[in-house]
Amino acid sequence: MSAAEDERRANDTPLPQASGADTQSATDGSPCEGCGSSAAAGGGRREFMFKIGLGLMGAGGVAAAAPVVSAMLAPGFRSYAEQWVDLGAVEDFPPGETRFATFVNPWTAPTDGLTARTGCWVRHIPPGGASRRGPVQPLDTSSDEPPPPDAFNPEAPDFQVFAVNCAHLGCPVRWFPQSRLFMCPCHGGVYYEDGSRASGPPPRGLFPYPAKIESGRLWIDAGRLPGLEEAP
Amino acid sequence: MTDHGSPNERGPLARAVLGPLSWLEDRTGIGAFIAPIMTHRVPPSAKWFYVFGSATLMFFSLQIVTGICLATLYAPSASNAYQNLVHIDTQVPFGWMLRALHGWSSNAMVAMMILHMVQVFLHATYKFPREMTWMVGVLLCLLTLALAFTGQVLRWDQDAYWGIGIGAAIADRIPFVGNWARGLLLGGPIISGETLSRFFALHVFVLPGITIALVGLHLVLVLRHGISEMPKAGEPVDPATYREAYEKRIHKEGVPFWPDAAKRDMVFCGLALLALVAIALLAGPMGPNGIPDPTDIETNPRPDLPFLWIFGLVSLIPPASETAVMLIAPGVLILGLVLLPLFGNAGERAPSRRPFMVLGVVLAATTVGILTWEGAKSPWSPVMDAWSSMPTPIEYVEDRGPLELQGAVVVQNAQCRNCHELGGEGGKRGPALDDVATRLSYDQLIRQVQQGGGNMPAFGKNLTSAETEAVVRFLLTMHPANEPVSSPPGALLPIPPQAAERR
Repeated sequence: MSAAEDERRANDTPLPQASGADTQSATDGSPCEGCGSSAAAGGGRREFMFKIGLGLMGAGGVAAAAPVVSAMLAPGFRSYAEQWVDLGAVEDFPPGETRFATFVNPWTAPTDGLTARTGCWVRHIPPGGASRRGPVQPLDTSSDEPPPPDAFNPEAPDFQVFAVNCAHLGCPVRWFPQSRLFMCPCHGGVYYEDGSRASGPPPRGLFPYPAKIESGRLWIDAGRLPGLEEAP
Repeated sequence: MTDHGSPNERGPLARAVLGPLSWLEDRTGIGAFIAPIMTHRVPPSAKWFYVFGSATLMFFSLQIVTGICLATLYAPSASNAYQNLVHIDTQVPFGWMLRALHGWSSNAMVAMMILHMVQVFLHATYKFPREMTWMVGVLLCLLTLALAFTGQVLRWDQDAYWGIGIGAAIADRIPFVGNWARGLLLGGPIISGETLSRFFALHVFVLPGITIALVGLHLVLVLRHGISEMPKAGEPVDPATYREAYEKRIHKEGVPFWPDAAKRDMVFCGLALLALVAIALLAGPMGPNGIPDPTDIETNPRPDLPFLWIFGLVSLIPPASETAVMLIAPGVLILGLVLLPLFGNAGERAPSRRPFMVLGVVLAATTVGILTWEGAKSPWSPVMDAWSSMPTPIEYVEDRGPLELQGAVVVQNAQCRNCHELGGEGGKRGPALDDVATRLSYDQLIRQVQQGGGNMPAFGKNLTSAETEAVVRFLLTMHPANEPVSSPPGALLPIPPQAAERR
């Protein structure tokens, strides 16, 4: 055993003895009532200090917690007012065509970079609602006929604007003008030109943005990632 | 201590080294703390099956070291994270190797963790008294997967961007609180700079912090209960006597962990580390795979290897069961794993006496393996450029009439091949069209093209009558020479009575 260790042991030994003596006098108590009462008074003071300490710590913690809780949870509770975004002149979207349009998200942070940009599909329904490839086939018996688009966009009855996000799990759908279908690259969701579900796993049609025409320009109410809970 | 003698009896060099060391030991007690841990007794039967936990820990340590180095080079800002990664890959000395090591070590950590978990499960090491060791291990498993997913997000490329989109879409499906959960995940109304910052904080501070703490707890529990012996059939665990019997055996036959058991860990970890470096050198860093521009939709997002099976799962299950599978199944699975030792903490440990547990492992491994394979191939996805990049095989247009040839053009132009193969090329979502005429008659083909069904869109509005007719005329030529065109049973004429009499 080294000298240093011996020394430490020697230093250590008095401590347990002292504490032992302490407990003994506290438990015995009887020889001196005054000692006991003074200990009780001391205990009261100690208890008071302890309570004060708890209270102060608690108050400080609550005060400091506000920004912490806000930073962690606020994004879940924030509400977003209507924000109308300009997609461009109405003439940029000729009748009968579905075109890709991009816009910058109305709520941006300085570090967003490219991700502040968002894409969407703009469909200009031609007069009569017929597709470019010819009249509607008489044999069509699809039961889930979509509602007329003007029910959704009273201020832009000839327009439908769809989010790029597939209603299944949010991957970007692509428009194929030849087959007049939207196809998703992830799990094979397919949609018709009016946004209704054609096949694959999506639980519903494409998410539409509310659209309106104002002073010759097409506007959409956008800014939130479309999802099952939020989308109309 | 005594075997070293007094420092004064030694030479000056030994004094110069041992003096400060013994001072340090005296003031810190590190040696006295570590020595019993390193030399704790382990059963002699703990051999090569026991190396996977150490390998997981080694790869986790490597993740911490390479992760700290990467944190000195990476800026978690959506506006330049991508360029930052390219800079690390191309400009920073050994930056590409640092990223390669961190990326592949993540996969290696997941792999070793799974091997460790399977070994513990098969040998029923989770039984008395090591229930909590297993429960903490399940949490560590989840944390490891969470680290892998959040790490993939920090690789701010197209896969990362749309990968979070998938995460957000799943969160959105939670009833009642979906919107709130999605907001928490994204940190804002869309996937943006706030999202990346959130995932950075998770990946770099929160998750590693919890993981380190739980790894510590896991190891403390391993030391507290001792390393389990290899299971022997016919020697069931009896909680009443196990501890005493184990202590007795370990006292008699046990060998010190260092160096007797550690040497195998070192051999395996060394080989695993060398293999990892080789993979990192050969395969290079993972991504970044394309600028995360949400308006660039010519993308084909895929998750990293540990999550491919989930990607496969959500496209193969019936759509109606999706929400349940995505939201309820993980909870049930995790709860089942956590509570496993509480339901069976006694009895046989040997795999030969627990055939259903072995079957469960085989079943799980087969399921995850097949789903990973399917996820990697994703035959359900349309091949987006099949219609424009894959020519119609020449033998399918030889000796065809004008209407049939027109149909071949429509098949190509109407993107039929994005989902249907022709001559082995094209999508696999729908059936191959090479012999479609042997399965469907003229009427059935017309109906199928116009009305769709069986997971095919209806093309009634999208093709003119003439186009539909041409397509079907072309498809009717798609049959082997020795197999006739299909005709529906109703179209078959009954055998004339005279012919029947002649038989």
